Amino acid sequence: MPEITEKSLIEVRHLKQYFSINVGMFKSKPLKAVDDVSFAIRKGETLGLVGESGCGKTTVGRTLLHLYKPTGGEILYNGQPVQTREEINAFRKKATMVFQDPYSSLNPRMTVSDIIGEPLDIHKMYGSKAERQERILELMDKVGLNSEHAARYAHEFSGGQRQRIGIARALALDPEFIVCDEPVSALDVSIQAQVINMFDELQDQLELTYLFIAHDILVVRHISDRIAVMYLGKMVELADAKEIYEHPLHPYTKSLMSAVPQPDPRIARANKRIVLSGDIPSPLNAPSGCPFRTRCPHATEACAEAMPEFKEAAPGHFAACHRIAELN
Amino acid sequence: MALLEVNNLHTSFFTPAGEVRAVNGVSFQLERGKVLGIVGESGSGKSVTAYSIMQILASTGRIVEGSIKLDGQELVNAGEKVMKQVRGNKISIIFQDPMTSLNPTYTIGHQLMEAITLHTERSKKQAWDRAVEMLRLVNVNEPEKRMKQYPFEFSGGMRQRVMIAMALACEPDILIADEPTTALDVTIQAQILELMKSLQEELGMAIIMITHDLGVVAQLCDEVIVMYAGSICEQGTAEEIFYNPRHEYTKGLMRSIPTADTAGTRLQPITGTPIDLLNMPKGCPFAPRCDNAMKICLTRRCERMKINDDHMAACWMNVKAGAEDGSIQLEHEDPEGGEADA
Ligand SMILES: Nc1ncnc2c1ncn2[C@@H]1O[C@H](COP(=O)(O)OP(=O)(O)OP(=O)(O)O)[C@@H](O)[C@H]1O
Ligand SMILES: Nc1ncnc2c1ncn2[C@@H]1O[C@H](COP(=O)(O)OP(=O)(O)OP(=O)(O)O)[C@@H](O)[C@H]1O
Ligand code: SF4
Ligand SMILES: [Mg+2]
Ligand SMILES: [Mg+2]
Repeated sequence: MPEITEKSLIEVRHLKQYFSINVGMFKSKPLKAVDDVSFAIRKGETLGLVGESGCGKTTVGRTLLHLYKPTGGEILYNGQPVQTREEINAFRKKATMVFQDPYSSLNPRMTVSDIIGEPLDIHKMYGSKAERQERILELMDKVGLNSEHAARYAHEFSGGQRQRIGIARALALDPEFIVCDEPVSALDVSIQAQVINMFDELQDQLELTYLFIAHDILVVRHISDRIAVMYLGKMVELADAKEIYEHPLHPYTKSLMSAVPQPDPRIARANKRIVLSGDIPSPLNAPSGCPFRTRCPHATEACAEAMPEFKEAAPGHFAACHRIAELN
Repeated sequence: MALLEVNNLHTSFFTPAGEVRAVNGVSFQLERGKVLGIVGESGSGKSVTAYSIMQILASTGRIVEGSIKLDGQELVNAGEKVMKQVRGNKISIIFQDPMTSLNPTYTIGHQLMEAITLHTERSKKQAWDRAVEMLRLVNVNEPEKRMKQYPFEFSGGMRQRVMIAMALACEPDILIADEPTTALDVTIQAQILELMKSLQEELGMAIIMITHDLGVVAQLCDEVIVMYAGSICEQGTAEEIFYNPRHEYTKGLMRSIPTADTAGTRLQPITGTPIDLLNMPKGCPFAPRCDNAMKICLTRRCERMKINDDHMAACWMNVKAGAEDGSIQLEHEDPEGGEADA
C-alpha cells in the first residue's frame, strides 16, 4: 500500500464499491466496480487517474466523495476519518466534483446565476440576497465568465463556457479538493486548452487539490504531478507523472503509454506500439488472479492463480504485477 | 487522373434561421492508395464534406455548387441510381458511433450479409462465407458464433470492427472514416488504427480519415487538410502541416495541444469563440480570433496560395512574408479543376 505521509489531504484505504447486478429473475451478482484501491493525495497536488472505459474511475471519484456509500474501506480527510453524518456533511463542503458532460450536467431551466448559487443555497452560505449575488459574480469572474451572462440559461452557452459554469459552481463553497471527472473530454482542442489552463490557474490561486480523471494520456501527463492507472476495478500502477510516462513498469501501462497517439509524424511513425489483442473482460466475469492476464503478453500460469500485490517497486513507484522484477 | 477530385464544393443547409453555409468552396484530390486526413474545429464542415461526397445529407442540405468526380465520373446531379452504385461499392463510410449505425434488432451476421448482397451478386451461402471471412479479417474471434449475436452483445471496440468489416465487405476504392476511434479507449484505438493501416496496405484502398486527434493524423496520414469555417485553410503533406504550418489557425491548433513537453507550463489556447456560420465575417474567417490579424485580414479573404510543391495555405501572413523576400507566388483559381495540385 502506498506510503501515507502526514501531508496527505485525502487518503483512501482499501476502498471497495460493489454494485449488485440482477443476473436472473431472482439472482444477483456483485459487480466489483472498485476493488481494494488505496492511494493518497497531498495538499496542492494533482493526481491523474487513467484507465479504460468501465475500469472504475468515476466510481472511485463518487465513492471517495461519499456520493455512493463505500462497500468497504476507509476515507480520510486531513488524516481524520469521514464516516458519520456530521463528518460527511463537513467533508462535502470541502470536497466537490466537476462532471464530464457540460451539456447534460447543467439544468437547462436554471439561469447561470441559479446554477452557481445552488450550492450556496443548500448550505445557507450567505446572509442576504445581495451577499449571494456578490458571491456569484465573484465566482463568475474567477472562471472568466462575463457578469452580463448571469441571467442567461445554460443552453445558450458553448461547451467551453458551460464547463466554466460547472467549475464556478464547484468553487462556490471554497472547496479544498475537487474530483474532476473528464472535464475537458467533450471539448474541442482549442477550447480544451483554455479550460486546462483555468484548472492550473485556479490551483495556483486557491491551493486546490485535484483528482483528475481523463482518458487522454497527454492531457493527464500535462496536468498531473502523479498518475494512477486502473484496470478492471483495481489500481495497477501509481507513480510520478514523468516517471510513469517514460518508464512504466506494469505490462498494461506499457501498452497504454506506447499506444498514445503522438502529435508528431516522425515520433508517431517511429513509435513501437504494443498492440494488445482481445477485449476488456466484463467486470461481472473478471478473470481469476491478475485482472490483466487475459490480454497480457507476459502472463504465466502463476498469474491466473493469485492476485498480484500492489507494492512499491522503486521509490514512490507502485505496481501490481507478479513479474515486475523479471520484466524490467 | 486522381481517384477522387472534389472541386469548389459548396454545401448549405436551408434552415428557418437562414442558409447555413457548412461547406464553402472545398477542393482536393485523392490518389489511389493514399490516406488523407481532415482535421479542424468542431463544426468546420468535415462531416458535411464527407456526407456531400456520399450524398447522404439531411433533407435540408444541398450541394449548391461544385463538382465531385470519381474516376472521372461526375457525381453531383448524377442521380440516385448512380449513387447507389457508388455507395458501398466504390466508397464506404464508417461513422463515429457504431451503435447508432448498427441496427440493434438484427444479428451482426444478418447485417453483414445484407451489406454484401446489396452490392454484389452473391448467393446467401456465399454472402455468409464472405461475412465470416470479413469478421476474421478484422480480428473478431469465433466469427461463426459471432454472426448469430446482436450488437449489444459486442463491446464498443468490437462494434467498431464490425462497422469496418461491413464497410470493407465490397472492397471499396475509398473508405471514409468519420472519427472512427473517438469513442474508443487508447488500447482499443491502437488495435483499430493498426487494423485499418494493414487493410489499407493489403487492399490498396484510399482512406479519408476525419478526426480531431492530431496524433492519429501524425500516425496515419500522407496528406492533411485543415478546415476552418467550411473552407480549407491549409493543405499539405503531414510533415509540412506539422513542421511548417502556414496558417494562423493551424499554428494555434499545434500550440494548444498538450504534449509530454508542456507539463508544468501553460498551454497557448486559441482565444475567442468558434465561428457562427450564419454570421460569417467579411474577410478571413479566422481573423476575429487571430492574434496576428492585419487590416487586410478583416476586409478581404485570402486565396489559397502555394507555399511549395507539397503545401498550400490561405493566410495573408504568407503574402506579408512573401512580399518581403519574394519567395511565394499567388496561385489563381482555375475553373476547370487542377487547382489543388498540392
Ligand atoms: N450505479 C451503478 N450501478 C451498477 N453498475 C455501475 C454503476 N456505476 C458504474 N457501474 C459499473 O461499474 C463499472 C465502473 O464504472 P465507472 O463508471 O466507474 O467506469 P469509468 O472508469 O468511469 O468509465 P468511463 O471511462 O467509461 O467513464 C462499470 O462496469 C459500470 O458499468
Ligand atoms: N442538418 C443540419 N442542419 C443545419 N446545419 C447543419 C446540419 N448538419 C450540419 N450543420 C452545420 O454545418 C456545420 C458543419 O458541420 P459538420 O458536422 O460538418 O462539422 P464537423 O467539422 O464534422 O464537426 P465535428 O468535429 O463536431 O464533428 C456546422 O456548423 C453544423 O452546425
Ligand atoms: S501479473 Fe502476470 S498477467 Fe498480470 S500483468 Fe503481470 S505478467 Fe501480466
Ligand atoms: Mg467515468
Ligand atoms: Mg463531424
